[in-house]
Amino acid sequence: MLNTKVMTAFAALALLAACGSSTADNAATGAGAASNTSAGPRPGSQEDLVANVGDRVYFDTDESSVRADQRPVLERQAAWLARYPQVTVQVEGHADERGTREYNLALGQRRANSARDVLVANGAAGARISTISYGKDRPAALGSTDDAWAQNRRAVTVVR
Amino acid sequence: MTWKDEAAIRQLSRRAAIFGGAALGLPLIGARATFAQSSVVDITKARTDPIPIAVPNFAGGSDEAQRLGQNIAGVIQTNLRNSGLFRPVDRAAYIQTAEAAAQTPRFQDWRVIGAQALTTGRAEVSGDRLRVEFRLWDVLPETQIQGTAFTAPAGNWRRIAHLISDVIYERLLGEKGYFDTRVVYVAETGPRDRRTRRLAIMDQDGENQRYLTDGSFAALTPRFHPNAQQIAFMSYARNEPRVYLFNLDSGRQEVLGTFQGMTLSPRFSPDGRSVVLSSTRGNDANIYVVDLGSRRERQLTSGGGLDVSPCYSPDGSQIVFNSDRGGDQQLYVMDAGGGGVRRISFGRGRYATPVWSPRGDLIAFTRISGGQFAIGVMRPDGSGERILSEGWGMEGPTFAPNGRVMMYFRETPARDARGSGFSSRLSSIDIAGFNERQIVTPTDASDPAWSPLLA
Repeated sequence: MLNTKVMTAFAALALLAACGSSTADNAATGAGAASNTSAGPRPGSQEDLVANVGDRVYFDTDESSVRADQRPVLERQAAWLARYPQVTVQVEGHADERGTREYNLALGQRRANSARDVLVANGAAGARISTISYGKDRPAALGSTDDAWAQNRRAVTVVR
Repeated sequence: MTWKDEAAIRQLSRRAAIFGGAALGLPLIGARATFAQSSVVDITKARTDPIPIAVPNFAGGSDEAQRLGQNIAGVIQTNLRNSGLFRPVDRAAYIQTAEAAAQTPRFQDWRVIGAQALTTGRAEVSGDRLRVEFRLWDVLPETQIQGTAFTAPAGNWRRIAHLISDVIYERLLGEKGYFDTRVVYVAETGPRDRRTRRLAIMDQDGENQRYLTDGSFAALTPRFHPNAQQIAFMSYARNEPRVYLFNLDSGRQEVLGTFQGMTLSPRFSPDGRSVVLSSTRGNDANIYVVDLGSRRERQLTSGGGLDVSPCYSPDGSQIVFNSDRGGDQQLYVMDAGGGGVRRISFGRGRYATPVWSPRGDLIAFTRISGGQFAIGVMRPDGSGERILSEGWGMEGPTFAPNGRVMMYFRETPARDARGSGFSSRLSSIDIAGFNERQIVTPTDASDPAWSPLLA
């Protein structure tokens, strides 16, 4: 029974990861056609957030303040949250692999908090936004290159 | 590399006492005693001068006893060889048979093949009970150094082999061994972006592997209680990363403290009565101590950065930790009550994961500098920094209970965007910087923590 649940959870995670990576470019460039066709993602869903708003922001090495070029993503997320008041989210903070596990856990938490602060400053209710850190333990990009590390220094907003 | 090592000097004088004045049968030990007189110990000496020792199979009166006797001698020989401080003599060169040596060693037969020390033994099995009698001999003066018998359930023959290994180590080197110990670590399986991380425990030699958690939640950074029966670790159970306690006898897990934010990087105090950890709040992470009796929480650091990875000095009077309060990660020491913070790391790069040696004389750390990771040691005042091993990724040193050997984990980089080639494995190294060895585990592994001596 427990095993089945775990398997299901992993399958869901795998699906999310797949969505995230396949649409990351769209999300990052903010291609934001908010109008949904009948075939589009369900409004207010994670897929909707990824496809039409952008689910993640990136950070500089060892930094946890939100970069100016990343701020618009969070502003769009705040507007999106205003449109779907029933949605609650969790902001996941992550770090690249070039640090120690414990420090990166704390750093990831600080990044998640930074992203949440921007969402709240743009009108989102703090009570709808929880945070969690995975440090360097859940990379989005699996390589060991500067580019992979840049993709892994991130805060990802996940619909709960 | 040479430096004064007060603890080693004390131990050397103890060693001289064991062997009694000038009648030092083992020339090596005589040579080391000379270092003690000059008050300077060249610990890299061990690299070139391991003690030659013969470990013939222990004799046995029955097939079963003979089999266990062989197993035990094999484990002892492997332990001693892996320490880097002993050189087991090639068994093919033995002249006297193991059976005969167990009766009466013919010392010249062992002398001519270069053995300076010899162990002999005999195993007896009655029902489920195993009795092992062992003797340690000094070959040149032809004297017995030690004779001891152990009795245990036959299934515990490995434990007996480790206890005997520790006796040999202590009698010949003058400091306690570390073979009768276990290591708790994080076993990692699955693709890198969706890894399953479970607590696992094993003997220090990689045997008796066992999982402690089922992988339904991620488990990180386990650390032993000084009684070796309890583990503090970080758990993602219920999607809330918190420090938990794990009881090895009952398997019971409980969350520690009532913190609002994430708690991480736990370590027990040397008296076992409290746990020091880090807790995040807002943009900071601060260090707290939780009393295990009253469960009262007390904040030790405040404001100004991420304070993580606290570790007590063995006398419990001080805490070393890692903070970015000054801009980047460095090591700081403070009084156990929280006052008197001073920075101790000033080298090039970032410093992290400090752990205090059980001997009190060194602090081990991870250094990240110029894209390279390294494991090193420095004195508690920050002087005498030495790098023991460098590589692409390595971190998290933990000391064996005698402070002579460290274990840590070592990563290899991914070769491509799919993450191929990435691995995480445990390694051990002598604090003199030699004898680096991979510890074989069934899966990828990280976050090792060495137990105290079990007996």
